[in-house]
Amino acid sequence: MATKHSRSAARLMMAPAVILLLGWMLVPLTMTLYFSFKRYLPLRGDSLENGLQWVGLENYARFIGSSAFWPSVQATLVIVGGVLLITVVFGIFLAILLDQPFWGQGIVRLLVIAPFFVMPTVSALVWKNMFMDPVNGILAHLWRFFGAEPVSWLSDASVQSIILIVSWQWLPFATLILLTAIQSLDSEQLEAAEMDGAPPVKRFWFIILPHLSRAITIVVLIQTIFLLSIFAEIFVTTGGAFGTRTLTYLIFQRVVDSQNIGLGSAGGVYAIILANIVAIFLMRIVGSNLDR
Amino acid sequence: MARAVTTRRKVITTAAAWAVGLLIFFPIYWTILTSFKTEAQAINDPPLFFNFDWTLENYTLVQQRSDYMRFLWNSVIIAGGSTLLGIIVAVPAAWSMAFVPSKRTKDILLWMLSTKMLPAVGVLYPISLLFVQFNLLDTRFGLIIVLMLINLPIIVWMLYTYFKEIPVDILEAARMDGAGLKEEILYVLTPMAVPGIASTILLNFILAWNEAFWTLNLTAANAGPLTAFIASYSSPEGLFFAKLSAASTMAIAPILILGWFSQKQLVRGLTFGAVK
Amino acid sequence: MGRIVLDKVKKSFGEVTVIPPLDLEINDGEFVVFVGPSGCGKSTLLRLIAGLEDVSDGVIQIDGKDATDVPPAKRGLAMVFQSYALYPHMTVRKNIAFPLRMAGLDQAEQNKRVEQAAAVLNLTDYLERRPGQLSGGQRQRVAIGRAIVREPAAFLFDEPLSNLDAALRVGMRLEISELHKRLKTTMIYVTHDQVEAMTMADKIVVLQAGVIEQVGSPLELYSRPRNTFVAGFIGSPKMNLIGGAEAQKHNAQTIGIRPEHIEISTTEGMWKGTVGVSEHLGSDTFFHVQTPISEEPLTVRATGEMSLGYGADVYLTPRPEFLHRFDAQGLRIE
Repeated sequence: MATKHSRSAARLMMAPAVILLLGWMLVPLTMTLYFSFKRYLPLRGDSLENGLQWVGLENYARFIGSSAFWPSVQATLVIVGGVLLITVVFGIFLAILLDQPFWGQGIVRLLVIAPFFVMPTVSALVWKNMFMDPVNGILAHLWRFFGAEPVSWLSDASVQSIILIVSWQWLPFATLILLTAIQSLDSEQLEAAEMDGAPPVKRFWFIILPHLSRAITIVVLIQTIFLLSIFAEIFVTTGGAFGTRTLTYLIFQRVVDSQNIGLGSAGGVYAIILANIVAIFLMRIVGSNLDR
Repeated sequence: MARAVTTRRKVITTAAAWAVGLLIFFPIYWTILTSFKTEAQAINDPPLFFNFDWTLENYTLVQQRSDYMRFLWNSVIIAGGSTLLGIIVAVPAAWSMAFVPSKRTKDILLWMLSTKMLPAVGVLYPISLLFVQFNLLDTRFGLIIVLMLINLPIIVWMLYTYFKEIPVDILEAARMDGAGLKEEILYVLTPMAVPGIASTILLNFILAWNEAFWTLNLTAANAGPLTAFIASYSSPEGLFFAKLSAASTMAIAPILILGWFSQKQLVRGLTFGAVK
Repeated sequence: MGRIVLDKVKKSFGEVTVIPPLDLEINDGEFVVFVGPSGCGKSTLLRLIAGLEDVSDGVIQIDGKDATDVPPAKRGLAMVFQSYALYPHMTVRKNIAFPLRMAGLDQAEQNKRVEQAAAVLNLTDYLERRPGQLSGGQRQRVAIGRAIVREPAAFLFDEPLSNLDAALRVGMRLEISELHKRLKTTMIYVTHDQVEAMTMADKIVVLQAGVIEQVGSPLELYSRPRNTFVAGFIGSPKMNLIGGAEAQKHNAQTIGIRPEHIEISTTEGMWKGTVGVSEHLGSDTFFHVQTPISEEPLTVRATGEMSLGYGADVYLTPRPEFLHRFDAQGLRIE
């Protein structure tokens, strides 16, 4: 199969995809890197035509030094961590539940994965208005029904609210992957453990959980990459107010709202480095999977 | 598992699973239900489940006020166009990586994946600048290109994992049976690859349909797809729950149905074949 | 016609040479079996003949013509794969007809030949099914059917029975042998199972690490193994190989004696020993006897009726006409 002729044909067939992605990666990345070393405030008359002033690492220092930076890192970590915790824990629970025999398995499965297909702007707006509105939302009705004072979710418990919305969107993803992983568990292993006298809780702890560890790692890594750049959910709910300004959103504001391209680009470089650290771990796992 | 499950246990599991399933689905159910209410009924306390006057008024209003069909059409063109373009670029690439692997194939695949992990916000300004430069801002073509590029790694990966599963033996058998390259591709490979290509198209259509960073940042009135259409409801005027629900229902219904069909392929596509 | 000659054929993958230059002649109508432990290069050799791998050096001739650079489709050979490699999206009929379709035969001729092959292989009732709906044995037969409709110069079989269960394997073995008797076409058959090799072959090629250890008829290999490797590989249970002082007595580095060529007695004999495990097969009994002359217990075949307790004392006597002697290089001493 692998003759010289087919090799060169293969290279030719790969070329379009490789060249496109190479361009997509290198061109904007180079530009971001370039801007990050420049003073670039279009509203104050800086423009590419007149040449930009080289400021060295000033943008990097200012981005980290700004009062908004550490809170944004904290918001990012809390939101990403919270969503991961909720989706993984409930995902395992749901995966085990859905793996049991019961009536209507197919339909329940469809119900559970449905949120994944809802576009982010829709889910954010539906939750914001119809559920979390402090006057007319369902949750407000519910609170009043029990005689409690309705909560202004998106201002008083803003971070928790965002975590709830995003978790609702990503729980199906975690559940589906963990369910697939559970179904690949050899039932003989569980039967062997049962013969060895392990009660259900121990079977879960010593057999099921270790079997799931790979799938859990993958869920965590893939979700982290997507969650680090959640945007629409914040854009249409709080607009970054009330402590929900994540790193992504802070950079977005620097670039779009305050039109400080240099500063935003420096932030962008930080975000790229952060994403790459996570990506390396994910690639290791995916890569080792290729060899099997 | 040749062991009988007790009916009692099955009843309990059924109740629990349905309870959880309905709870998770409730926001979608509630949105669909509310879309058929009047605005006053939509905010009624206690909430109305059945005893309201079903109306289609909201759907007509939404179409009149914001020209829903135009956004829908944009979504279809952008999601469909980017998926199709991606497939055209990816099929030959995935093909050659699966069937003529070289020492660098693995590195190329992983590198492609790494481009997917670039945070979009990090390159927002350069891309906008390029869009202005090439007059692509607020055009469907511009978005088709960008969405194609961000989903290309996933498309290549999905196709690669599908192609990889076609046993080399079968291709060799075809060659022994006297098939040339053309016949091999036409009669053996293509029929075996079609299911994989179809599910790749489906999943990527969904991903492109729901993409909500570039579609919000690179469009205005002209090329905005449904994500942008819905985002326009974020600054409300008066009572609007029922209209928001109608708009949301229309935005998610087509993709929800497609998504339900693609659920089996979802896992493989989203984990790059790492979980099957 | 199907005479295949390999002349100094060599195969290496990069730096690694899997088959050093090798010569082999396969005559028209012969049933040749390549046998050897896994990784010995037997499948690679078959794929070189098929044209699925390029030779690194040397010449492959098919019916006197140089076929070294001829693509597999043009060599006029048919192959049955270990995995059967059936086309999952085609019915059995279409699977079997595929080579005919590729050869551009008309529909009527295709149908005629497919139905003939199906009748021979008992597949007539399954022609409209897909491979996924067939059992392992039936799939195997479809793969063979696909090979025979082409009327090839030679059939190549790559471990075709290894995915079948034991009972089915015996049946298919007979069917393939019968097919060979009827078609009288050259067949090259790769297996790691020496029982298959012994029962089916006209000529066995024993391979180890890409090198031909011996070529010959099953009985030749059995009665006159060229070296200790062939001696140990052919025959079941394995030949007992004994070194040390006992071999010195026969002027050899190693002596070999098959389990069926040792007399066992409870009263007298050449070697004294104790019975370990006994395996009763009904027709035969195999005793594993520990003796002072070798570390390993000797395997001895006796009649099915014979029974000895664990730890019983016995005496063993090899039949001298069946004693094999090997020198320091492991080569046979005549």
